[in-house]
Amino acid sequence: MSHQLYIEIITAGDLISKVASKKANGCRLVQICATTLAAAWELTYSFDLDGLLTHLRLEVPFGDPRIPSVSGIYPCAFLYENEMNDLFGLKVEGMTVDFHGSFYNTSVKHAFGPKAPAAPALTRLAD
Amino acid sequence: MLPEPVHLDLVVEDERVLEARPSIGFVHRGLEKLVETKDFIEFVYVAERICGICSFIHGQTYCQAIEELMKIEAPPRARYLRTIWGELSRIHSHLLWLGLMADAMGFESLFMHSWRLREKILNVIESTAGGRVIFGSCKIGGVRRDLSAEAMESVRACMDEIEPDLRRLTKVFLNDGSTQRRLRGVGVVTKQQAHDLGCVGPTLRGSGVAEDLRTTGYAAFDEILVTPITSQEGDSYGRCAVRCGELFQSVEIIRQALKKMPSGEIAVKVNGNPNGEVIVRTEQPRGEVVYCLKANGTRNLQRFRVRTPTFANLGAMLQALQGCDLADVPVLVLTIDPCISCTER
Repeated sequence: MSHQLYIEIITAGDLISKVASKKANGCRLVQICATTLAAAWELTYSFDLDGLLTHLRLEVPFGDPRIPSVSGIYPCAFLYENEMNDLFGLKVEGMTVDFHGSFYNTSVKHAFGPKAPAAPALTRLAD
Repeated sequence: MLPEPVHLDLVVEDERVLEARPSIGFVHRGLEKLVETKDFIEFVYVAERICGICSFIHGQTYCQAIEELMKIEAPPRARYLRTIWGELSRIHSHLLWLGLMADAMGFESLFMHSWRLREKILNVIESTAGGRVIFGSCKIGGVRRDLSAEAMESVRACMDEIEPDLRRLTKVFLNDGSTQRRLRGVGVVTKQQAHDLGCVGPTLRGSGVAEDLRTTGYAAFDEILVTPITSQEGDSYGRCAVRCGELFQSVEIIRQALKKMPSGEIAVKVNGNPNGEVIVRTEQPRGEVVYCLKANGTRNLQRFRVRTPTFANLGAMLQALQGCDLADVPVLVLTIDPCISCTER
């Protein structure tokens, strides 16, 4: 089966209105994915309506790592937003449930963020 | 109750829970970051180890995503074998959950009977795939192992043997007075709440929403019809009833897959590297799993992101815990069939 990606590029300023529109149309929030690029985070918000997956995508520059929370529209979004905050270093403003950085207990802070060390290389047992 | 590594801070007044705040992160392994060092072929082994219970379907979903990126068509026989192992995985998972739920209710003998039946499924999985928990049988382009005619017959015989046992077991879960008192009316999540909270799987279907990703036709499901099993109660009993119904549905799917199994090769060769972006969803025992992959033409993926079903259902668990009796907390935690190792990756 082939999966075509329906991605709409938006800005952080449009995020709340676009997500509210998705909610009004009856879409289910499927996931929020953050990816660390060269100079920004790429956030993808995925929604499902009757089996069709659509996405909103925006970039958040490292220099201004703030985005508004959508947990006021989709209550379950606080889980994804706390995850983004803890693992990537994004500042999500206005979360309905804010764990203040304690959602994930990791020894490396913001392990998926731009300043995090690379994943450990493979270790082999001595022959 | 066999614990998952989740810490719940409960605010209680007398015997009533006012608020629940979860703490997770105790088993976060950073598996998504491992794409930086493991190439896309060997990453199948990492994907399979995200969870021990949904192991096979994790591996299958990853392989499907890479195959989608690289325009690889797995052979029909491989798709049927994946379907059989996936449904065996589902039966195993639901029997494990039934046992844990019985244990949480203090019904120890029912717990033991559930896991005794689970052992039969694990024996079949071990004899066909080589491992009881981590199958290691799925690979990009197909599967690693085939089923001989004798193996297929043994799987068929196991389904015939286990079905009456499953009927006796589920009869107790659904009709016994003590289980009904512990499950009925406990943790009600309405249809609208389930949709708004982003629930998936039996948690969603237990609230009356007929969504099951097997209807999208991946693996052999384009030729094997699946009708979502739902319950209108929306409580813990409804979710239990859905899982009980899915046991028999999986038995029937396995029978159909064995009957329709095509002949031919079980894998195709994989050349080159993946490039592009794909989002693939499949139906794990706990619900919808979403794999987001981004590749840039090199041996290592640029981004690997998994949204597991328990992550989506945590919101429903927290909703159900608000206002519940303290004694119902174990049942409500288990009602979403939590898998924290899946959630944290």
